[in-house]
Amino acid sequence: MSQVAGANQSPAPQPAVDLDAGLATGFWLPIWRRFRKNRLGVVSGIILIVLYTMAVFAPFFSPYPFDEFHGKVKFAPPQRIRVFDEEGRLTAPFTYAYQRQMDPETLALNYREDRSTRYRIRFFVRGEPYRVLFVIPARLRFIGIEEGGTVFLLGTDVLGRDLLSRMLKAAQVSLSVPLVGTLITVVLGLILGVASGYFGGVVDDVIQRFIELLLSFPHIPLWLALSAAIPPTWPSNYVYLTIVAILSFIGWGGLARVVRGKVLAYRGEEYVLAARAAGARNWRIITRHLVPGCLSHTIVIATLSIPGIILGESALSYLGVGVTPPMTSWGVLIKDATSIHAIVRHVWLTIPGLMITVTVLCFNFLGDAVRDAVDPFAT
Amino acid sequence: MTVFLIRRLFTMVISFLLMSLVIFIIIQLAPGDFITHLMAQMSGGGMRDEYAREFAENFRRLHGLDQPKWIQYFIWIRNFLTGDMGHSLLHGRPVATLLGDRLALSFGISFGSLVFTWLIGIPIGIYGATHKNTIGDHAATFVGFLGLSIPNFFLALVLMIFAVFALNWPVGVLFSMEYEDAPWSFMKALDLAKNLWIPIVVIGTAGTAATIRVMRGNLLDMLGQPFVTTARSKGLKERIVVRRHAVRIAFNPFVSGLGMSLPTLLSGETITSIVLNLPTAGPLLFEALLAEDIYLSASILQFYAIFLLLGNLMADIALTWLDPRIRLE
Repeated sequence: MSQVAGANQSPAPQPAVDLDAGLATGFWLPIWRRFRKNRLGVVSGIILIVLYTMAVFAPFFSPYPFDEFHGKVKFAPPQRIRVFDEEGRLTAPFTYAYQRQMDPETLALNYREDRSTRYRIRFFVRGEPYRVLFVIPARLRFIGIEEGGTVFLLGTDVLGRDLLSRMLKAAQVSLSVPLVGTLITVVLGLILGVASGYFGGVVDDVIQRFIELLLSFPHIPLWLALSAAIPPTWPSNYVYLTIVAILSFIGWGGLARVVRGKVLAYRGEEYVLAARAAGARNWRIITRHLVPGCLSHTIVIATLSIPGIILGESALSYLGVGVTPPMTSWGVLIKDATSIHAIVRHVWLTIPGLMITVTVLCFNFLGDAVRDAVDPFAT
Repeated sequence: MTVFLIRRLFTMVISFLLMSLVIFIIIQLAPGDFITHLMAQMSGGGMRDEYAREFAENFRRLHGLDQPKWIQYFIWIRNFLTGDMGHSLLHGRPVATLLGDRLALSFGISFGSLVFTWLIGIPIGIYGATHKNTIGDHAATFVGFLGLSIPNFFLALVLMIFAVFALNWPVGVLFSMEYEDAPWSFMKALDLAKNLWIPIVVIGTAGTAATIRVMRGNLLDMLGQPFVTTARSKGLKERIVVRRHAVRIAFNPFVSGLGMSLPTLLSGETITSIVLNLPTAGPLLFEALLAEDIYLSASILQFYAIFLLLGNLMADIALTWLDPRIRLE
């Protein structure tokens, strides 16, 4: 193995005197203060909170049920909410009706606004019944339209389903996969990392070699191989959980390595030796003295592992080996528009791709900010 | 050095065998086998049941699918080591002839992306370190993060649309029609580059952010080191100090990290090639995995493993040559 003399510095120790000395007390407060100074991180965090809120209350924010077909308006472009009428006077918000035309050459359907027919937009309307978080029954929807009109704010797809409503529904899958996945990553990473560092010996060797094997193999081919093995007959919630498990199957390795390193370092510290001398059992030493020391690093690695899980899920779903109907995710929505011609003629179908990008970007900035806040001396 | 190489080769052989075992287990996880897939498709075809059963049995016997899994593994790995990769069940042809240029192209594209990443990321990283916290530094970091955050398949899709409709270039082919059978020439190479830029840009952008960050961080570290101060105090120009003394050492993590970036590159190559339907190993692997064509998928994955093992070895050797402080033991 190659060795770099002096280049292998251990992470900087927590400073004895904190940067915000005097004001800040405890472990979390200084971290929160440093995090708050990172504007990009804070803005990303706020965007993510908004996105997650919208996903939780998806039916409330979506004008239509996500699987409602509108056979007469397939591939309809996004409608604009208008507040000025033909004469330029300010009025209550409304949409114009669609006007369908067939292109005589290509026989493609084109939609235009029919300026003669207006439909008022209504807020807080009673619509189709739904359940919030599978439990609370409700009928209230944020936005609705006068009888006979339509409000497709992001257009419709190949079957005439409202893209906004579908994207909100898909957000529930796309945004929950990384959270559940990270949870699995953290649990696995902590258990195996602690076991590896604390017990050492053969356990350590086996776990470390296995991690090396996992980390050295390209993720996408591995994910493809594993998710191609999911039986097509499984119900979609089984498939969902399996996909999450597959995605976090690789992520835990990196965390376990860091945790192992930390545990190895802490194992010989006086406070651990003192605990042992006082007769504490392994379980107590691990849970009370070792795991808390690894917590900040765990949080950083967990946050930084989220983008990979989102990208992995969307890639698998795009290729058709991810979540299955009736579940949908942003990756599936892009797959639905997969032909180049469909996408070029109906640009709004790429919006789910933009949403993936925005979400991953926010998580990347957030992860960066969290790392800087937790360990200000890391490069 | 010799002792190091011998020890290294020994661990490589162990890793190779371990990886082959893991690969074989993973591709056998799917329920049923190739023939159950085939039967499911053909059951609507009106074949009488007893014929179908007989056909299935014969097919399994012919391809060794009737053996226990562990015997299948040993037969496969033995043949693989003697250069016989078996027969693709899906294509009815030897795996070797199917793979042909495809693997070379996969590795070629991965390598091209690596070069792209370095060409873009390293200068930006150097700029970021020497112009720390300027607007240019922040902008570069932001763009790098953007590249990291766009899903590969989505960027491939967008660039494909751009190429087809704005530039009128073909997509999913290696050569334009007029160069297809032409002998190698400069124009033909140019034509190849014209058709390969999408995958290289797509895979490359994903790695640029990491390259920028690592280069920037390392260079910042190096600029504070005593040997840089020495170089400055000798009266050397700042440009030369940065380039000859600091950058050279700051470059090391890329070489030692090559082992870690190769899997990422191959990952990106696989998904991008599937989206663009390039004639590389990626689409072939995907097809084989879905159809449970075990000999084809196992062989491709095993070649990936070999590529990674060799890449790691070369990275280690290159590192000793690059950094005089490193000794191989």
